[in-house]
Amino acid sequence: MTTRMLGWLALLGLGGGLVAGFGYAPREVAQGNVQRIMYLHVPAILTAYLAFALVLIGSVGYLATRQLRWDRLAAAAAELGVLFTGVTIISGSIWGRPTWGVWWTWDARLTSTAVLLLVYVGYLLLRGMVDEPDARARYAAVVGILGAANIPIVHFSVKWWRALHQPSTILGPEPSPIATPIALALLVNWVAFTLLFAYFLARRMAIARLEEHA
Amino acid sequence: MIAAHGLSKWFARTPVLADVTLEVGAGQCVVLLGPNGAGKTTLLRIVATLARPSRGSLTVCGLDALKEPQAVRPMVGVVAHGSYVYEELTALENLRFWTVMADADASRARLLGALQRVELEMVATERVRTFSAGMKRRLALARVLLGRAKLLLLDEPFTGLDQRGRKWLSEFVLAFKAAGGTALVATHSFASGLAIADRVVILHDGRIVADRSADELSSDTLRRLYDGLTEAEGSTG
Amino acid sequence: MTAYARRTWIVLWKDLLTERRSKESLNALLFFALLLLFLFEFALGPDRERLRAALPGLLWLGFVLSGLLGLGRSFIVERDNDCWDGLRLTPGDKSAIYLGKLLGNCAMMLAVEAVLLGLFGVFYDLALGPVLAPLVAVLVPGTLGLAAVATLFAAMTAHLRARELLFPVLLLPAQVPLLLAAVSATQAALLGQPLSEVSHWMKLLIGADVVYVVIGLLTFEFVLDA
Repeated sequence: MTTRMLGWLALLGLGGGLVAGFGYAPREVAQGNVQRIMYLHVPAILTAYLAFALVLIGSVGYLATRQLRWDRLAAAAAELGVLFTGVTIISGSIWGRPTWGVWWTWDARLTSTAVLLLVYVGYLLLRGMVDEPDARARYAAVVGILGAANIPIVHFSVKWWRALHQPSTILGPEPSPIATPIALALLVNWVAFTLLFAYFLARRMAIARLEEHA
Repeated sequence: MIAAHGLSKWFARTPVLADVTLEVGAGQCVVLLGPNGAGKTTLLRIVATLARPSRGSLTVCGLDALKEPQAVRPMVGVVAHGSYVYEELTALENLRFWTVMADADASRARLLGALQRVELEMVATERVRTFSAGMKRRLALARVLLGRAKLLLLDEPFTGLDQRGRKWLSEFVLAFKAAGGTALVATHSFASGLAIADRVVILHDGRIVADRSADELSSDTLRRLYDGLTEAEGSTG
Repeated sequence: MTAYARRTWIVLWKDLLTERRSKESLNALLFFALLLLFLFEFALGPDRERLRAALPGLLWLGFVLSGLLGLGRSFIVERDNDCWDGLRLTPGDKSAIYLGKLLGNCAMMLAVEAVLLGLFGVFYDLALGPVLAPLVAVLVPGTLGLAAVATLFAAMTAHLRARELLFPVLLLPAQVPLLLAAVSATQAALLGQPLSEVSHWMKLLIGADVVYVVIGLLTFEFVLDA
């Protein structure tokens, strides 16, 4: 019941987000309408971070309690995290093409995000290749913990690495300073994404539980 | 020594053990018989804390084996199909490794003493890669002797041994028992099993179908009992 | 020596002895290092200057590739004769096993790196003498970080059919920060710069090492399933 309500709320939120992003928020002066993709891009990465935080929680939870529902949480969150990170990168790329003229550039944020994607795709591949549920949960938990611990290390190393080669302007679909209507539109979209994430998570975990007992 | 209640285990959806309840008192030797796939190895592995049951409770040497496997392990000596030997190391070196890992005294004299008791002292400095299956098994028994095991778990120990080897192993188990140890042995060999058993337990399709004192059984009666039970249960493919 | 240190040492002793007797891994790895040298030359040569400029990266590429080959096999020997089960049954803190394996892996990698470095020095006419100390100061923490994660993942993938695929797939993304730091610091070392100029990289290296080793020590028992 609550899951379905969550789904409706998410749908509502997304609708509101669309309106806010395309109707309410003003057209950005420098970049034009393509800047609106930020309303997808920024909430997506924030939601991805939420997902990966849940992977960490699920991983630690499983190792501490050996109860599979923690593992289900970690697995579902990882899948969604990869999905949202993919959305982040693709939306960033779509934004980048008209703005920078290229589909991809090795700037710090893009690179860090891409490495994040690689780590958790690896996590999912590992899960796919281990049949026994307990072993799968244990191994995934260890990889999940290491992956999460590595996030700040990756962030700094990539940032410093780029500073070496390109001490340039901020590259990212974020205008600065951020005007209030834009910030508001961002907020609405972010809430909507979080609701959507929660809905998908609940559904995915329910499916996983059914699969186990089938 | 061992108190198992309602042990069940399934892999994916395949049941391997179903509601096994077994008690083994200190100083007893219980022999597990059963066809392939009956669950003997799984049961032994669970008692050894190498595997976890899907359901049930298990007490070994008075300790809850499911909650405190680490506490149980020093008291259990396992000789399974793989004998826990490193092929490139010599017999002495293998013993040294496992004895140090078990936090026990690994002095050369003590290691050689164990090798003598299993009649391997002549090949102490030979690499295990040159050993026969029987010799590897004897080395595994030496490893167990150097620990503090009170419970011996043997999985198909008589396989691949000749007549002399079987006799030797039977005497070893009986000596272990005489020194106060307990043994749970899974085997296919009726004769060798009866020679060492106080009790015989027959396992079939993951269930205990018979639990008899060895005094009541001769080789023939055991054979007939076994055939009757393992055929009567019907073939499940 | 404490019981923990004794167990760590005996695991290291066993692995070194096994390796010396079977000569499986180290010889092939050293030969692989030589082959890499040729590979780099054929793929990137013959412009000597371009190769020299890329040297720090090539060195670490060589180390990581060798590591992928050599470190993934860390627990292969435990698969025979159910020794893995034997290890699970040992008393005490299982992280001693991890530590022993880690030290052995570090020793193996450092040996390969020394050879690769020497080969690079010979083939590309590098004056390694004066920069040897700072180089080693970078190599050791870099290698430790690589081995720390690799040992953990090697234990994880030892029993899987897809070990050869999964091990690199898991290891490489985790090594990104280490690679970035090590290459930058190595470059500074090779150019004769004092390491204090790349202190932020060195701090990252050492900080990452601490994180990886601690995680390895804490989670190894779960990988072993003790």
